[in-house]
Amino acid sequence: MLEIIELSVTLEGKNGPVEILRDINLKLEDHLLYVFTGPNGGGKSTLAKAIMGIYPVSAGKILLNGQDITSLDITERARLGIGYSFQQPPRFKGLTVGKMMEIACGKKRTCTDCNYLFNVGLCPQDYINREIDSSLSGGELKRIEIATLLARNLKVAIYDEPEAGIDLWSFSRLIETFNNLHQDYDTTIILISHQERIIQLADEIILVADGNVKQKGKKEEIWPLIMQDYTCTCRADCNERVM
Amino acid sequence: MPCGLQRKGDVKMLSDIDKHMLDIIADMHGTPPGAYNIRRNGVGVDRSITANVEIRTKGDKPGIDVVVKPGAREETIHIPVILTAGGMHDRVYNTFDIGAGADVTVIAGCGIHNPGDKDSQHDGVHNFIIRRGARMRYVEKHYGEGKGSGKNILNPKTIVVVEEDGYAEMELVQISGVDSTLRETEARVLDHGHLYVTERMLTDGEQFAESRIIVELAGQDASTQIISRSVARDNSRQIYYPRVIGLNRCRGHVECDAIIMHGAKVRSIPEISAQHAEAELVHEAAIGKIAGEQMIKLMTLGLSEKEAEDTILEGFLR
Repeated sequence: MLEIIELSVTLEGKNGPVEILRDINLKLEDHLLYVFTGPNGGGKSTLAKAIMGIYPVSAGKILLNGQDITSLDITERARLGIGYSFQQPPRFKGLTVGKMMEIACGKKRTCTDCNYLFNVGLCPQDYINREIDSSLSGGELKRIEIATLLARNLKVAIYDEPEAGIDLWSFSRLIETFNNLHQDYDTTIILISHQERIIQLADEIILVADGNVKQKGKKEEIWPLIMQDYTCTCRADCNERVM
Repeated sequence: MPCGLQRKGDVKMLSDIDKHMLDIIADMHGTPPGAYNIRRNGVGVDRSITANVEIRTKGDKPGIDVVVKPGAREETIHIPVILTAGGMHDRVYNTFDIGAGADVTVIAGCGIHNPGDKDSQHDGVHNFIIRRGARMRYVEKHYGEGKGSGKNILNPKTIVVVEEDGYAEMELVQISGVDSTLRETEARVLDHGHLYVTERMLTDGEQFAESRIIVELAGQDASTQIISRSVARDNSRQIYYPRVIGLNRCRGHVECDAIIMHGAKVRSIPEISAQHAEAELVHEAAIGKIAGEQMIKLMTLGLSEKEAEDTILEGFLR
């Protein structure tokens, strides 16, 4: 279980420190699939990066199965079983897809590892020796990024906007892959998304907005509320601006 | 038997250090397949020829002539040079005549193991003629080591002519341990000829590396690609001068990328010069530190900071 207690994150902005997240409290159970959703700039990716250790926390704690991991660095958290798939993955001149998969698996490549590429709609034979450089499209890069996380045996797997840049056909396969992952493993899966098909995979939806958790609960309960609430807010904002 | 050349089979007399150096610079584990010529401390120590590849000692200056028969296929030629005695200055002139339609791989390389306090230096001048329709893959690795204070200096000069429909692929690698190097490469590519040069270099400590590459695309539809990737660490310095001159309807691409670390200094001065209206030439150059996102990505996969850095550099120089 992943517990987030009174978590705040303050980052340095152009005009001084900016509080991005404040007083976040969450309990995320094993074997459940959560979707973080909410408006752009609300703090979803920051929260994910704070869990991974990419952003430091300014207050609060993060516990993984009771162990306080707040002071651990990225590597230590990764070795404990936390993984994060980037919204915009970096490119690497010279590093091949095969090598990246080896690193993700923590061992020499096997046929099983190639399946992870297949699961994101990439033919392993076509990609294994390709460099992760500008010759890859954004969608290909994104799918390789997701495959690196699928290849790991994780306790907490966070996918940041996994649908971004992915074509319709690969997207369907990805949905199936997340479903299988959810059914077959105890991993706590966190998907950050605005996409309805992804949101429909959720056991629970967590609405993150204005640097805080606004709603959390079962998909059936939360999704209609979110839709209604944010549609109203949006209309109210528009009306206010028109007036 | 040419003066200074020991009998075939004497390769067994190589010391452990010799074997270690040959392994690093030429991937040689024992007797290599195909033709070969091993030069150690200024003397040829072993040689083998094949029905298609002749190797002759030059009569007027140190070095060899390697002659590949026209149409020879899948021949591999190893010509490594090792210096294991401190204070040596070895200069060698090698000529390669790759016959029309032949297809060969040449594995060169120079390794210096300098145990003393005097500088050791190897200046290799290689002349290549890639005849009409021939293909050559050339791999040259440079490496230095040794606990003495003597410097390891390597100054290769490579002159290439790619004739009509010829193809040459040259991989020039400086692995590590070379204190000073001046690498000069001059090439002329004729009609429908292609030349690909990939240069990879690592410097650290107080090392210095300078590379000058000039390719003249003289023939119609000639093409070239020069890719340089380097890593400069500590207080080392690197300078690159890749030049492509288009004298005809041709295509040329120059790409220089360097990762700079610590107190190193890198200069990159690519030049493209079109002297024909249908010459298409492009150059790109980038120098920068390791991207933070790359480090973070690899650390999220469980690598330590050091492991992530090594992985990025290894990939970059691969």
